[in-house]
Amino acid sequence: MSVRDLLSPFIAWKHLFREPVSIRDPFNREASERYRGFHQNDVEKCIGCGTCEAICQNGAIDMVIVEGVEGIKTRPGDSGLRPRIDYGRCCWCALCVDVCMTSSLTMSNAYKWVENDPDKFRYIPGVDKKEWDNVKQGYHRPDGHRLNAPERIEMPELEPAERIDSFVEIVGGYSVEQARLEADRCVTCGICVATCPTHMPIPEYISAVRDGDYERGLKLLYDSNPFSQICGKVCTRRCETTCAASHEGDPIAIRWLKRHITEQVPYEKYRDIIGGPLPATGKKIAIIGAGPAGMTAAFDLARKGHEVSVYEARSHAGGMTRYGIPEYRLPFETIQREIDLIVSMGVEMHYDTRVGTDIQMQQLQQDNDAVLLAIGLWLGRGTRIPGADHPHVYKAIDLLRRIRDGEQLEAPKSMVVIGGGNVAMDIARSVARLQKQQQGEINVTLTALEDKAHFLADPVEIKESIEEEINIIDSRGPQECVSDDQGKLVGLRSWKVLSIFDDQHRFAPTYDESDEQLHPGEWIVEAIGQMSDVSLLGDALTEKLEWDRGRLQVDDDGHTSEPWLWAAGDCVKGPDIVSAVATGHSVATSIEAMFEQKEAQNA
Amino acid sequence: MADAEFGKADRSQYPHRRPDGSLDIDLTSGKYLKLWQGPNHPGITGNMSVELTVCGDEVVEGKTHVGYLHRGFEKLMERRTFIQCFPIVCRICVPEPDFNEYCYAAAVEELAGLEIPEKAKWIRALILEMGRINSYLMYLGGQAGAFGQGVIGQWTTYARDLMLDRFEELTGARIYHMFILPGGVRDDLPEGFDERMEQTLQEVERTLDDVYDTMFRNAVFKKRAVGLGYVDPALVDEYGITGPVARGAGVARDVRKDQPYLVYDQLDFEPVTGRESDVYARADVRRRDLLMSVDLIRQILSKMPHKGEVMATLPNVLHWKIPRGETYIRGECSRGEYGYYLVTDGSGYPRRVNVRGPSYTHAMALLEKLIVNVNISDVAGLMVSLHTYPPEIER
Repeated sequence: MSVRDLLSPFIAWKHLFREPVSIRDPFNREASERYRGFHQNDVEKCIGCGTCEAICQNGAIDMVIVEGVEGIKTRPGDSGLRPRIDYGRCCWCALCVDVCMTSSLTMSNAYKWVENDPDKFRYIPGVDKKEWDNVKQGYHRPDGHRLNAPERIEMPELEPAERIDSFVEIVGGYSVEQARLEADRCVTCGICVATCPTHMPIPEYISAVRDGDYERGLKLLYDSNPFSQICGKVCTRRCETTCAASHEGDPIAIRWLKRHITEQVPYEKYRDIIGGPLPATGKKIAIIGAGPAGMTAAFDLARKGHEVSVYEARSHAGGMTRYGIPEYRLPFETIQREIDLIVSMGVEMHYDTRVGTDIQMQQLQQDNDAVLLAIGLWLGRGTRIPGADHPHVYKAIDLLRRIRDGEQLEAPKSMVVIGGGNVAMDIARSVARLQKQQQGEINVTLTALEDKAHFLADPVEIKESIEEEINIIDSRGPQECVSDDQGKLVGLRSWKVLSIFDDQHRFAPTYDESDEQLHPGEWIVEAIGQMSDVSLLGDALTEKLEWDRGRLQVDDDGHTSEPWLWAAGDCVKGPDIVSAVATGHSVATSIEAMFEQKEAQNA
Repeated sequence: MADAEFGKADRSQYPHRRPDGSLDIDLTSGKYLKLWQGPNHPGITGNMSVELTVCGDEVVEGKTHVGYLHRGFEKLMERRTFIQCFPIVCRICVPEPDFNEYCYAAAVEELAGLEIPEKAKWIRALILEMGRINSYLMYLGGQAGAFGQGVIGQWTTYARDLMLDRFEELTGARIYHMFILPGGVRDDLPEGFDERMEQTLQEVERTLDDVYDTMFRNAVFKKRAVGLGYVDPALVDEYGITGPVARGAGVARDVRKDQPYLVYDQLDFEPVTGRESDVYARADVRRRDLLMSVDLIRQILSKMPHKGEVMATLPNVLHWKIPRGETYIRGECSRGEYGYYLVTDGSGYPRRVNVRGPSYTHAMALLEKLIVNVNISDVAGLMVSLHTYPPEIER
């Protein structure tokens, strides 16, 4: 203690001469650039996946139905829900912003909000308009800051050089570790479930992959899709187009994870896991066509204990999966395993039995309680351009069937494919393989009306076709199949497409006639669509049934205008395996409901 | 003891103890008074209370009572996923929340086998030192205030506010920063942060000069603080004393040096120690430690790598499972050793989280020891000198 200790404190007096340091107007102080203030939500970008709700540790976020706001409705890829935030619970940790799958949820730097009614502090950002909605500053997820992995685990595949001269399956399948990592990316939002035509419990079976509980996964798969092994390889996977992860990264490889489950469970265990049929009911059902729709319905109905007979015109079941999809995408063995499993439920198969020829519809109607038409689309559509009647102008679907049937086709030196869908890719790639095997060189040209960005084919198919040296020429309208003086087909003459649809979105292509090309080809293959062969119905029944522009008219459950007849699959829904499975299920449910209704009446 | 002897005897022997060790106090004698200080007393460092038995103006016994602030964080965490624990840990210590974030994140990273990017380590160290400065500034205001000197608190609050501005621009929040999460830190430093930080540091130093002149060179403060609350260096191990309380007793204990974490092995510093081990010595250790933090921030900003990631690649946090394991992660916070003991069982939730806040030993056991024979008016000053934050006692 000294005199200094008595005097030194008086230094405080110097503050009398300092400017005040306090903020004069604290109410209008702007918060920093990164400030975690009130939420903003770009509701049009938001897909209502609810991942924000899932991560919120305070339970401050509820996903709620939003009505009467333009741009928000329940549709594929959008649940129609939007997050509502309760500021009585929120702690402004911004995990919801960090995890947001579309980056629609952000925070402004606004922090003042005065209200008398406490309920007002529970609001839907972006829907309940606020003054900070358009404030630029505030917390946004920083670049590179991710709480889940944006990139897909690559699927092991054969290199183009290895695969081009054989029909060996291209895709190798995930290892357990790869599958676990891929499954880990899923945020279990379930947006995909609504998109999947047969509503497979996708998040649940992906979580089974994460847990390594493949038997649980298999049960989940077969509860909703008896074509799981096949769909695991060739599904059109609409689920992946709506996957929440696809907005800021790659969609989850849902199809490959499904495949992984089916590969991990030993086939011998399938039947036990899936469960056998219920006791016999005595009800009889005839199903025409052993494709995905028919066999799905057969699976469902047989498991209920009904007596199911399937009539198939060809010598193998599987329909388009067996005769339309090339082996490099879907090996025979996979199909056989699937069919055997369904047949093991007690389904009676009648192969090489064409209804209308070998057995009549009336007979089926008499012998059964219900009849299901699942006849697919087996007639290829033609372009009807001049020269299309040449014997070397083929329909893609016919050629694919011949290849899958094991016929030793002699591939042409050159070939032109008309069409930009998956069938076009299939035939182009199949014939390319034959060419490589037989001649060592590939010469396949694929032309389509659409430009490449609007091809109907799966982008992966397009990529792989290009890798396999298929010459894809887009925006070409076919005009003539040109033959030389000896009548030998020399190629396809085409014009440049200017537009495909008119103002009313009707199909009316316009061409630049000055831009003409001749695509050389000894064969020309038309792959522009298919239709049903309904001749089996017979004139009387055809007359009786109701039709919608050439297609059999059915209600939502696949019931035709005849009380005993249902229809399902490609012939009512257009070509798609998983949609066929979905219609197979709904038809089975509808038939089952009819039985119950009858029983109730009899009782 | 006869009244005539009162004041003459050896104070440390007063009051008498019975053979069983309990205090020989007869409350019915009229000589003693029960007095509760807290839980909402201005002289208390938050919501805890001390049950005082006084004789005249002298405390003969003080029992510490906690539980007024119990929110059950450790239990809450057992029902939250690993990422969901991240926003709540900061609440375990309000004035210096970052140690919770760091210790929790580091414990999760160790058990999950995550390696964080180099730059994230530097930013974490920066944040921890910024938090330490804030905590000390708050302490200085409290220590002076406990002896009736209000102006120090006004000045240090101003300096702390500047540091909160830096926190706000770096982390997006002033108090609960929620910036250090398992895997790294949320973001890089903002543009021009170094210069603004330097201005803030200069302002902190200027403030501390004033504080030194008015508080540490102040006859009143010295008279109150010197000799008060003496901690025998022998008690350091016995009571589990860490941080400035131990260093004030001359025991150079500092986790940053003893078991360097983050980037402390690359920084140049020596633990600040004192000798007298009283309230004054502890205040001075903290003042000098604060200045050392200022220096450490300058070192960090100059040595920090300019480029690089700040966040490791995390698995999907929504179903993040961590293999079975246990770990204890410690760090040197402004009050001593801060630690997180984390046990995982392979599920998506922590099996057990135990938070070791230094206030637990200092404010409960040690205070009961030191408070005997202290004048009532010095109780607040004594308590503040142990730098107690009750929420970390009752996590």
